[in-house]
Amino acid sequence: MSTTIEASSTATSGAVAPPPTVHKVRRGWLLPTWGWIVIVWLASPVIVMIVFGFNNTSGKFNIQWQGFTLTWYRNLFVIPQLTDSLITSIEISVIVTIIATALGTLMGFALGRYRIRGAGSINLVMFANIAAPEVALGAALLSLFLTIGFPLGFWSIVIVQVMFSIAYVAVTVRARMAGLAPSVEEAARDLGAGPIVTFFRVTIPMITPGIMAGALLTFALSIDDYIITSFNAGSTVTFPLWVFGAARTGVPPQVNVMGTLIFAFGVVLAAIGFVTGRRKKRQLDGE
Amino acid sequence: MITSAPEQANPVGHSAGGPPAGPTPPETATAIELVRITKRFGTGSRAVAAVDDVNLVIREGEFFSLLGPSGCGKTTTLRMIGGFEQPTGGEILLHGKDVVGTPPNKRDVNMVFQSYALFPHMSVFENVAFGLRRKAVAGSEVKRRVGEMLELVQLQGKDRRRPSQLSGGQQQRVALARALINRPRALLLDEPLAALDLKLRQTMQIELKSIQREVGITFVFVTHDQNEALTMSDRLVVMNEGHIEQVGSPREMYERPRTRFVAGFIGTSNLMTRSIASMDGTTAILECGAGERFVVRDAAALGAVPGGKIDVTVRPEKITLGTEPAGGEMCSLRATVTNVVYMGAWTQYAVRLADGAELTVFIQNATNSEDAAERGAEVWLGWDPAHSLAVAPQ
Ligand SMILES: Nc1ncnc2c1ncn2[C@@H]1O[C@H](COP(=O)(O)OP(=O)(O)OP(=O)(O)O)[C@@H](O)[C@H]1O
Ligand SMILES: [Mg+2]
Repeated sequence: MSTTIEASSTATSGAVAPPPTVHKVRRGWLLPTWGWIVIVWLASPVIVMIVFGFNNTSGKFNIQWQGFTLTWYRNLFVIPQLTDSLITSIEISVIVTIIATALGTLMGFALGRYRIRGAGSINLVMFANIAAPEVALGAALLSLFLTIGFPLGFWSIVIVQVMFSIAYVAVTVRARMAGLAPSVEEAARDLGAGPIVTFFRVTIPMITPGIMAGALLTFALSIDDYIITSFNAGSTVTFPLWVFGAARTGVPPQVNVMGTLIFAFGVVLAAIGFVTGRRKKRQLDGE
Repeated sequence: MITSAPEQANPVGHSAGGPPAGPTPPETATAIELVRITKRFGTGSRAVAAVDDVNLVIREGEFFSLLGPSGCGKTTTLRMIGGFEQPTGGEILLHGKDVVGTPPNKRDVNMVFQSYALFPHMSVFENVAFGLRRKAVAGSEVKRRVGEMLELVQLQGKDRRRPSQLSGGQQQRVALARALINRPRALLLDEPLAALDLKLRQTMQIELKSIQREVGITFVFVTHDQNEALTMSDRLVVMNEGHIEQVGSPREMYERPRTRFVAGFIGTSNLMTRSIASMDGTTAILECGAGERFVVRDAAALGAVPGGKIDVTVRPEKITLGTEPAGGEMCSLRATVTNVVYMGAWTQYAVRLADGAELTVFIQNATNSEDAAERGAEVWLGWDPAHSLAVAPQ
């Protein structure tokens, strides 16, 4: 009798029912705890920044909690230099994102699709570009600008930021190209599309997830770049440069608010990118 | 002079409910001609000839197959016709015009790729409409023709789906519709059915063939499946290691293989290499044991001489089994039955000849099955000398 009952109960509880559960319990808390420690570690500076944007501080230094206020949100744009620097940064980042994405996409396409002469050295230069210390890049670019007599300022910042962003776009686009069968583009050619129509109607839509990822990365890298930009900024002040300068005398809480807004904007963009990217990828690659 | 049916010039002209016999293409019209086409990959000493000095004529309106083992150059040949590979030598004539150097988008042929290569970011409708959009066909016209095409491939109502929402067979149909809508002078298909499971594949074989009859467009079909090639083609070519072994109708290829390779590749064959005892005109009389007789007609053309060797094959279903020599003009050899497999409609016998050669024999299971031979039995094989087929050794 009892054996029958046991047998049927195991049968109903499913075929996969390992007797000891010790392993499972262990694995159950260790990994998630570790995960949460890392997340807190990574998120705490951001949380501090957000929280102190609501701090009702009165002194020069915004480091002690003195009660909740929305003052800094209401008076976000009362410091003209800060506002100007933010506008400058956004302008630069938008321009840099557009240029770097366009050039990087073409480069990634060429590297991913064609066997081009010198592909090896291009890859090496791209890797060096990503791996090189920013201090070295910044100093080298500064001496280059000084040598050729290029005026430092808005456009020199754009140039240096485009320079270090292209590699990131090219790498993400190239990765996307690698997963793309050439036969789809051949089919477009076969159906009467020339190379340019094929590129815009077929290739670009199919590598859009890669392009979007590259563009997001570029914007994120550009808007908060400090080191390379500081070498080549001349008298132009970007948001990170202004904040760094202000840090010596005390950072106004508006900086926290702007940081929070930029962060929120970035999170929203990333979320949109993630969701549409996933949907798009599913659509492109099949379930 | 010629006053018959001008609609025949329109490749998508519906054959107004006519019987599936379809219009027989005029024998003379050539759709595609390959003249000494060669394709080498790589350079210098490491160059490999994927296609080697191939001459081929494909006629207007026929279903033509390229058949051969993996790596024999079928895809490369097809891609050269489509314009995706440039030949290292020779000419490709599309309707009499040399197209070497012309890009794919300027050639009047369309291709169905093995992996379908549908545009994943476009709906079925836009996939099919792609070719028309490139020619700036008016919107209403596009709509009408896409509708027609989807009906032809039985995909009505699926026009708003994405390719990823379709089954393999449906994707296959979209690929077909997308190519056919351009009314190409020839359609190139690279193993279009290879990715489908057996059942779907058989359905699609029939469907593809009937679509081809309906639209009357020349189909150039690549496959490594001999059954597919035999059942679907008007004519086919068997390729091997970049060169052509034989071109002909399925019946010719099966009934009269010219080379050892073709005999072995198409159908079950009983290849033997035997010595020639003497010649009687063009007929070779082969060395045999007492009471046996083995003759091969028209052997002289293959260089048969008394004392020489000859490669010969006999199709399994042409052979009869008996307890006595067949007698008369018939070929007749002594053999031992080594295996018997009952297969329903027929029985397959494995037999061994006196010289050790192993042959296969198919006997239809007609009413008088009492004379079925047992395993180990001594039997006499018999066949009409017309079925002794001499083949070129390589
Ligand atoms: N791009 C290429 N570079 C180098 N060699 C190639 C290239 N394409 C094909 N080949 C070689 O050419 C030969 C013929 O290839 P092809 O693809 O035409 O064969 P196939 O008959 O279509 O074979 P399968 O049935 O396997 O598709 C093969 O030996 C192949 O390795
Ligand atoms: Mg192939």
